[in-house]
Amino acid sequence: MTILLAILIGGLYASGLYMLMRRSIVKLIMGLVLLSHATNLLIFTVGGLTRGAPPLIEVGATEPATPFADPLPQALILTAIVIGFGVLAYAVVLIEQTHRSVGTDDSNNLRGIEGDL
Amino acid sequence: MGLLLLAPVLIPVFAAAVALLWRNYRVQWWIALAGATGLLLSAIAILVTVSRDGIQVVQLGNWPAPFGISFVADLFSAIMAVLGGIIALAVVIFSRAVVDRPRVRYGYYPLLLILMMGISGSFLTGDIFNLYVWFEVMLMSSFVLVALGNERAQLEGALKYVTINLISSTIFLTAIGILYGITGTLNMAHLSVQLAESDQTALVTVVAVLFMIAFGIKAALFPLFFWLPASYPVAPNAITALFAGLLTKVGVYALIRVFTLLFTQDVGYTHTILLILAGFTMLTGVLGAASQNEFRRILSFHIISQIGYMVMGLALFTPLALAGAIFYIIHHIIVKTNLFLISGAVHRLQGSYQLDQLGGLYRSRFALAVLFLIPAMSLAGLPPLSGFWAKFVLIRASLEIDRPAIAVVALVVSLLTLFSMTKIWAEVFWKKRPQTTVETTGITTRIWRQMLVPIASLASLTVLIGLLAEPVFALSSDAAEQLLSTQEYVSAVLGGVR
Repeated sequence: MTILLAILIGGLYASGLYMLMRRSIVKLIMGLVLLSHATNLLIFTVGGLTRGAPPLIEVGATEPATPFADPLPQALILTAIVIGFGVLAYAVVLIEQTHRSVGTDDSNNLRGIEGDL
Repeated sequence: MGLLLLAPVLIPVFAAAVALLWRNYRVQWWIALAGATGLLLSAIAILVTVSRDGIQVVQLGNWPAPFGISFVADLFSAIMAVLGGIIALAVVIFSRAVVDRPRVRYGYYPLLLILMMGISGSFLTGDIFNLYVWFEVMLMSSFVLVALGNERAQLEGALKYVTINLISSTIFLTAIGILYGITGTLNMAHLSVQLAESDQTALVTVVAVLFMIAFGIKAALFPLFFWLPASYPVAPNAITALFAGLLTKVGVYALIRVFTLLFTQDVGYTHTILLILAGFTMLTGVLGAASQNEFRRILSFHIISQIGYMVMGLALFTPLALAGAIFYIIHHIIVKTNLFLISGAVHRLQGSYQLDQLGGLYRSRFALAVLFLIPAMSLAGLPPLSGFWAKFVLIRASLEIDRPAIAVVALVVSLLTLFSMTKIWAEVFWKKRPQTTVETTGITTRIWRQMLVPIASLASLTVLIGLLAEPVFALSSDAAEQLLSTQEYVSAVLGGVR
C-alpha cells in the first residue's frame, strides 16, 4: 500500500510541476491543485499507514492498544486542505479578474509593469 | 506572561474585527493606529521581559510541549516582533496620506492588521506546522493587499506573487511532512533534540534543503528572487513599504530559525550552500538595481541584495556573524521601509516613479531630500549610520574565519549600492524637474505632515541606531548567543520533558 501511494504521490508531483510550466494560466492553477493534493497524501503516507486500528483508548486503559493509527497527520492534512481551499478560491477569482483585464489565458502575454524585461 | 506573549497576535486580529464594524475611513484609520500602537507596546514589553528573565514560553491550551502548540519568545523573536510593531505603526500613519478611499472601503486596514497578525505569529510560534499556518495567514492577506485596486499591472503582479508563494508553501508543507515522518514531532524544540539524535543524516539534509528552497523563495534568495521585482512595485505604495520591510524578512527569520535550531548536523554542507547563495544574491540584486530606472524597482532589487548580507551572517555561522546578521536585519527593516515610504511620498508629490519624470525635489521639498539621504546613505553603509556598523560586523566576522571572498563581494556590493542611491539622489532630488510632467494637487499641510512624520521618525531611528551602535550590537549578540546555544531554547520549551 505504501509503495502504491508513493508512486501515486510521485505521479501527482510530476504532473503538478508539468502543469505549472504550461503557458496557460488555468493549467497553472490545476498544477497548484495537484501539488497540494500530492503534499497532503505525502503527509498521510509518511505518518505511517495503519489499517483498522483507530487510536481509541479502551475504558480503564491509559493508552491505546498498539499498533494504532497516528491521528496527527490527518489533523495536519485537514488544516492544509482548509487553507488550500481558501487560497485556491482566491487564486481562481484572481485569474478570472486577470483574464478579464488582460484578455488572455497565455502567461507569455502578461506584459508586466512598465519597463519590465 | 501568558497573555502578553499572545498579545502581538491577539491585538491586531481584535483591532481588525473592530475595524470591520465601521465603514468610515477615519474611524478605521484610528482603530488601525490603535492596533499598531498596541502591537508595538506589547512587543516592547515582551522584549523587556525576555531580556530580563530569559526565554518565555506559553503552551496553548495548557497542553504540555511537545504535544500542544508552544509560543516561544527568545531575544531574536522579540526583536523581530518589535520591528514589526514599529513598521506597522509607521505604515498605518503613512497610509492616511496615500491610500485612496475605495481601497479603504474594500478593507485595507483590516487586511493590514491581519497581515501583522500573521507576521507576529510567525515570529513567536515554536511549532513548525503552526509556522506554516501563520505563513498562510500572512500570505492570504498579502495576496489581497497586492491586488487591492484591481489595476491591470497589479493583477499581473499579484498572479506571479500568488503562484510563486503557493509553490513555496507546498514545498514547505512537503518538508514538514517528511520531517514528521523522520522524527514524529512538530515542536521545534523537540525537533531539535530528535534531529540531533537522528542517524538518517542524508534524509535530514534533503529536508534541510527543501526548507532552504521554501524559505529561500519567501526571502527572495538567489536564484529564487525573480518574483520580487515583478510584484512588489505594483502594490499600493504604503503596502509595498510594509512588504519590503517585513515579508522577506519573515523568510530570513525562518531560515535563521531552522538553520540554527534544527539543521545543524551538516553545517559544512548546508551552510556552505547558503554562503554561496548569499554571495550571488548580493551581486545579482545590486546589478539588477543598477540597470533599472524606476524608483521602486531599484529599491526592490536592493531588497534582494540586502537579503544576501543577512544570509551571509547566517551562513558564516559564528556568534559574531549571527550577531551581525541580526544587527543587519534591525537596520535593514527600518531603512528599507523608510526608502519605500519616501518613494511613496515622491509619487504623491509628482505622480510618477519613473526617474526621468521626477526631479527638483531638493529645491521644492528640502526636508524630504535630507530625510532621503539618511536611509540611502545608511543602506550604502556610510559611517556613522546604522548600515556601516552592520556591514562592518559582518565583514569582520567573515575575515575572522578566513572567508575573504565573501567579504570582497560584500564590499563591492556596498559600493554599487552607493552608486544606485546617488543615481536616485541625482535624478529625483538634484536635477531640474522636466517640463512635460503633470502636476498633482491636493497636497495640504496636513497630508504633508502625515507623510513626513513616519519618514522622519524612521530616519531618526536610523541615526539613533548608528550613534548608539554599542547597546544595539550588545542586544544582537545576546540574541545570537541564544540562537547558537540551542540547549537553552530546548529546556525552556520542554522543561524537564526529554
